[in-house]
Amino acid sequence: MSRELRVVLAGFGGQGVLFAGKVIATAGLIEDRELSWLPSYGPEMRGGTANCSVCLSDEPIGSPLVLDPDVLIAMNQPSFDKFVDAVVPGGLIIADTTLVPTIKERDDVTLCMVDAQQIAEAAGLKGLGNIVMVGKLFEQTGFCERETLDAAIDHCVPPKRAAMIEMNKKALELGMNA
Amino acid sequence: MAEKVLMKGNEALAESAIRAGCRFFFGYPITPQTELAAYMAKRMPKEGGTYLQAESEIAAINMVYGASACGARVMTSSSSPGVSLKSEGVSYMAGADLPGLIINVQRGGPGLGSIQPSQSDYWQATKALGHGDFQMIVYAPSTVQEMADCAYNAFDVADKYRMPVMILADGMLGQMMEPVVLPEPKTELPEKPWACTGHKFEREHNIANSLYLTAEELDRLNVERFERYEIVKQNEQLAESVMVEDADIVVVAFGASARIARSAVVSARKEGIKAGLIRPITLWPFPTDAIKETLGTAKVYLSVEMNMGQMVDDVRLTVNGQAPVEFFGRTGGVIPSPAEVLSKIEEINGKVGA
Repeated sequence: MSRELRVVLAGFGGQGVLFAGKVIATAGLIEDRELSWLPSYGPEMRGGTANCSVCLSDEPIGSPLVLDPDVLIAMNQPSFDKFVDAVVPGGLIIADTTLVPTIKERDDVTLCMVDAQQIAEAAGLKGLGNIVMVGKLFEQTGFCERETLDAAIDHCVPPKRAAMIEMNKKALELGMNA
Repeated sequence: MAEKVLMKGNEALAESAIRAGCRFFFGYPITPQTELAAYMAKRMPKEGGTYLQAESEIAAINMVYGASACGARVMTSSSSPGVSLKSEGVSYMAGADLPGLIINVQRGGPGLGSIQPSQSDYWQATKALGHGDFQMIVYAPSTVQEMADCAYNAFDVADKYRMPVMILADGMLGQMMEPVVLPEPKTELPEKPWACTGHKFEREHNIANSLYLTAEELDRLNVERFERYEIVKQNEQLAESVMVEDADIVVVAFGASARIARSAVVSARKEGIKAGLIRPITLWPFPTDAIKETLGTAKVYLSVEMNMGQMVDDVRLTVNGQAPVEFFGRTGGVIPSPAEVLSKIEEINGKVGA
């Protein structure tokens, strides 16, 4: 497991890529590591796509904008197409095949195809495909301790939506086993 | 130690300002600064303070003038085009010796420009935000923690010198989240015997005014104000120097671009290039002392900015011909990559034959 992780999460607005990024960043916060979370906030947000860069490191983080990610989490086709070639050789791509039907093969990266939104919906967790993807990321990279991941969920779900905590944790499990 | 929390730069500025005793916020929404105003709208009433969305940036800065004249800790925030609108009011504050905090979360310009991060308001902030002979103290944080620290200290510095203070951030620092330890709320605030709080027939009138129709009187006031500015220059310069002791190439960069420059400098060192970084934390007063310490050892300076070359002027004035000063910049909202800054360092290294 690499101690440094530079992730781009991308998808449609409303799929929760910014929240998924916040869960990853919060895991770094809990483990007292260096981290940054940078959302896109430009006109593309109005056009329906959203992305964010998350860095976890043991060294101070320079640019929080990840141009050449170790990991791409792509939740729709335009996002996959936009970032697929930016991933560093030896990197990891996790694609939600529910909305990424066309996969461009690269033989120098690990490609994980997870039918995340379908998996979430089938388990009664509609809208938690983003967290299924975080579960898969954890299974692939072990970017934090297992219990940290649950603690990050506790931290990120607002108190008035506390009912969502267990559902998010279940989505994590589904992702790990996907 | 207080708990580390994950916060956006814009939110950290707001929370820290409240903890510094700021109880009046007047603003007008604009991307990429809006989270700051939104946070204030939520938090200020809980602290017994006033959040007011004015009808315009011009109205907001004049409300800042009024609250400051009454002795309050007060601030406004905006992004580049909105800050231009505030310029008249800031000049009036400077002319009336009123403290206050103005935050600029910069975006690309000129005009409406873009909404992406930029540093193209350096000249505006450090040379002439408004008309007349005046300066503001300008802080340039480069992390969310420093956003909080600068906002916390800015009010003390503004009150101490009776000057408007600016925090010059940008869209990247405003929007990004990082861990931050928030400061303890201030309980003791300085007395302001000059404030217009009602004389109750017990003292002379206090007047907040920038109009002086007698030339000699205004001349005297301007000279006095600039004597104060000299003290600020001596006392308030802040900079961080990284690996400059033996550096052939000293990179100078502030705010967001300093983060990228630091990555490039670290990479250059791994290649055996003796590069270092000076990161001005105050842009006015410009940290001339930190740069002068490297004169004689540095073979060349490189200013890295998210504009067409603005701070490079101040680097050149400080270096004063004793070494070449190069420039690298991207504009319009483009954040330079560490790789392109490294390429520039490599190119310069080839030229100086280090």
